[in-house]
Amino acid sequence: MSSHTDNPALQHHFDDLKQQNEAANMGMWAFLAQEIMFFGGLFLAYTVYRYKYFEAFVEGSNHLPIFWGALNTGVLIASSFTVAMAVRSAQLGRAKALFNWIIGTMVLGVAFLGIKSIEYADKYHHGLIPGPNFHYDGPLAPQMKIFFSFYFVMTGMHALHMIIGIGLMIWLIPKIRRGAFSGEYYSPIENFGLYWHFVDIVWIFLFPLLYLIGRDPWIHL
Amino acid sequence: MDSSVDTVGGTGHSNVDHQAGHHDGPHIAPMRMYISIVCLLFVMTAVTVGAAFVELGALGTPIALAIAIFKASFVVLFFMHVRYNTPLMWVFAGAGFFWLLIMFSLTMQDYVSRGWEAPAPIQFLDLL
Repeated sequence: MSSHTDNPALQHHFDDLKQQNEAANMGMWAFLAQEIMFFGGLFLAYTVYRYKYFEAFVEGSNHLPIFWGALNTGVLIASSFTVAMAVRSAQLGRAKALFNWIIGTMVLGVAFLGIKSIEYADKYHHGLIPGPNFHYDGPLAPQMKIFFSFYFVMTGMHALHMIIGIGLMIWLIPKIRRGAFSGEYYSPIENFGLYWHFVDIVWIFLFPLLYLIGRDPWIHL
Repeated sequence: MDSSVDTVGGTGHSNVDHQAGHHDGPHIAPMRMYISIVCLLFVMTAVTVGAAFVELGALGTPIALAIAIFKASFVVLFFMHVRYNTPLMWVFAGAGFFWLLIMFSLTMQDYVSRGWEAPAPIQFLDLL
């Protein structure tokens, strides 16, 4: 550990790698606080409209398949585990294991998006995408449009974050293969892990709010 | 490289209880801890899905949210390593969530107390 200052990853404006890693870590948390505010606005708007149009939100929720939502929750939690293991492998300086855990995380991330696209296709076929093709028979149709607008904006923004996360892994993989990371320097892996866990946390709240609460679970299981 | 493996090689399981910052290297939690937590998260997902099939009335939403907060706390504290981090990092990690709390409580106390608008359905009011 005494050879901190010799590491080529150390930037000249830091005393040592420990200080550099802590600064990078703190910057990442500042970014995540901004992300909490971004998604927080969506969650708050959802809460206000759920309060105003409770029946329509329940009826809209009845159209979301619990099975796919729960499966995707499992897939995302598993990917949080694989990325945690990737960070641990990086801390231990095990490049091969790091590579494998990142590939595993990518596979799970793509699986999540695949399941999401099945759900989106199902909504398209049932005319539940707000817009000119939206059709729903019932007195609550206008308010259900609001529910499905929230559903698509919130899950869509979440999916966009997943796509960005997969892009970050595509960017990290050549670096991992080149041996850019070691037990001393791995903050890009650690900060990517923080990002991925945050995206997981957003889904941990989206799943019960959109798919579970207040609804009749036997409709569109 | 070798010296860093030495630092982390001897961490074993007991190191989980140590505070970060007392030693030079990063805190490395044992694999067993990650496996226990991911199992807990799977179980809590099954519990929240199961709860949706039980008639809980007005308690359904608070229970689902409590489970979500419980799961998120474990992700933040252990997967995101905040548990082992410096106090300054706790402040950074907590600031966003604290701000969220302010935004929700101030906004919702306005919406639920507007007596001149149509009253909200009873199912929603019950849980506030």
